[in-house]
Amino acid sequence: MTQAPAIHVRGTHEVDGVRQFGPLDVRMPAGKWTCILGRSGVGKSTLLRLIAGLTTAGEFDGHITTSDAGTLEGRVTVMAQSDLLLPWLSVLENTVLGARLRGEDPDMKKAQGLLDRVGLSGHLDKRPNALSGGMRQRTALARTLMEDRPIALLDEPFSALDASTRADMQELAAEVLAAKTVLLVTHDPAEAVRLGHQITVLTPDAAQTWPTLHIPPIRDQYAPATVGCQAGLLAHLREMR
Amino acid sequence: MTRICHVLGACAFALFLWQGIVWITGVPSFILPSPLRVAQAAVTNRAIIAENTLVTATEVILGLIIGTVSGATTAIQLASSARLHRLVIPLLVFTQAVPVFALAPILTLWFGYGITSKVVMAVLIIYFPVTSAFYDGLTRVPADVLDMAKTMRGTKRQIMRRIKIPHALPSLGTGLKLAAVYAPIGAVIGEWVGASKGLGYLMLLANGRAKTDLMFASLFTLAIMTLLLHLAVSKATATLGAP
Repeated sequence: MTQAPAIHVRGTHEVDGVRQFGPLDVRMPAGKWTCILGRSGVGKSTLLRLIAGLTTAGEFDGHITTSDAGTLEGRVTVMAQSDLLLPWLSVLENTVLGARLRGEDPDMKKAQGLLDRVGLSGHLDKRPNALSGGMRQRTALARTLMEDRPIALLDEPFSALDASTRADMQELAAEVLAAKTVLLVTHDPAEAVRLGHQITVLTPDAAQTWPTLHIPPIRDQYAPATVGCQAGLLAHLREMR
Repeated sequence: MTRICHVLGACAFALFLWQGIVWITGVPSFILPSPLRVAQAAVTNRAIIAENTLVTATEVILGLIIGTVSGATTAIQLASSARLHRLVIPLLVFTQAVPVFALAPILTLWFGYGITSKVVMAVLIIYFPVTSAFYDGLTRVPADVLDMAKTMRGTKRQIMRRIKIPHALPSLGTGLKLAAVYAPIGAVIGEWVGASKGLGYLMLLANGRAKTDLMFASLFTLAIMTLLLHLAVSKATATLGAP
């Protein structure tokens, strides 16, 4: 994997001639987690899709650049809210899907190692329907890691999980995605405060940076400072409505 | 087990009703033979029925195989190219506006009185349902999955092979189940227009000679053959799995 670059997004996104957000100027620091919050429909997922090079419902007028001036194509991996596991493939085969889709021979040893790292070594041959929600997301995480891209874009990947599984997954993701430039779209202020090196609140007019704690992630969710920061962020989000 | 009991019960009731109508009305057997008479005709003519069933079954199975392969191939090509889809779909829909039955005499003229014209007829009748069902499945892969494949830089060929086709197999299964019921219709119509063998031919022959009991026996044989074919295809497609 190459060195993770910082990402800089500037521009405006319009849907059917109506501005959704912008003019925007967001910088996502290299090798750090940037958590994006904002009310529904403000364009958080659109921003993620733009960086991923995927089509959106509207038109983007602006620039997305990286600190190393390299292209984003082929350097991005996406993890969505839904695990997107293919039900006819085993856990192992789902993990190596990227290589299969590129027509390459997958590195099975590496995949097994990653599945071991996410705690699924005993479930390699199982189909997704035999797994719990948490195990399915861990498989999706292993598939994301298998791509070995310097930039990881996470679109509410833990939102459908129960509270304890979500906390476990947050810790696991923070550990295994360390050193990558990560963009996490989330609705949960607690998640953002726990994981973010940078917290960005997206509004139709601008992207505001919310002050984070000096303690590096992953932060103790029960520490008074963390709880205080969450409360402040939640109050700010509510005021925006 | 309960389901089998229900089916057997319904069949027994229908036979009883049929026999009752024959007794009460006293209708001549060349108009409506009794179930017993039909059963007797089936036993007496078992060799000739079996021989002709084999011919029709061969036509149907060949038609089903060729129709499925060509329909599935067309669906994959259409799903691979938007331009091809725009060009071919109107043509396909237009061909469906032409009643396939009306083509039977022409097919007999082109392909003769042998098995070929019946196989072609069966192929024509199942080609559209198979193509349409499989194409629907191929183009209904969730957009999120295709986006993921795009970020993985998957090739078009591999996305088709590893995502779209497996996703569409249950839809293909639905098309095949329809095809298993339609294919015998095509073969029998082909036999009616011009043939010297097959259940359609036997029915026409029996009808012409006022052997209505033999005609009914052939008709039931055809129905049983179609049901068995549908059952076999259903069993086979069940293994295709659901996404």
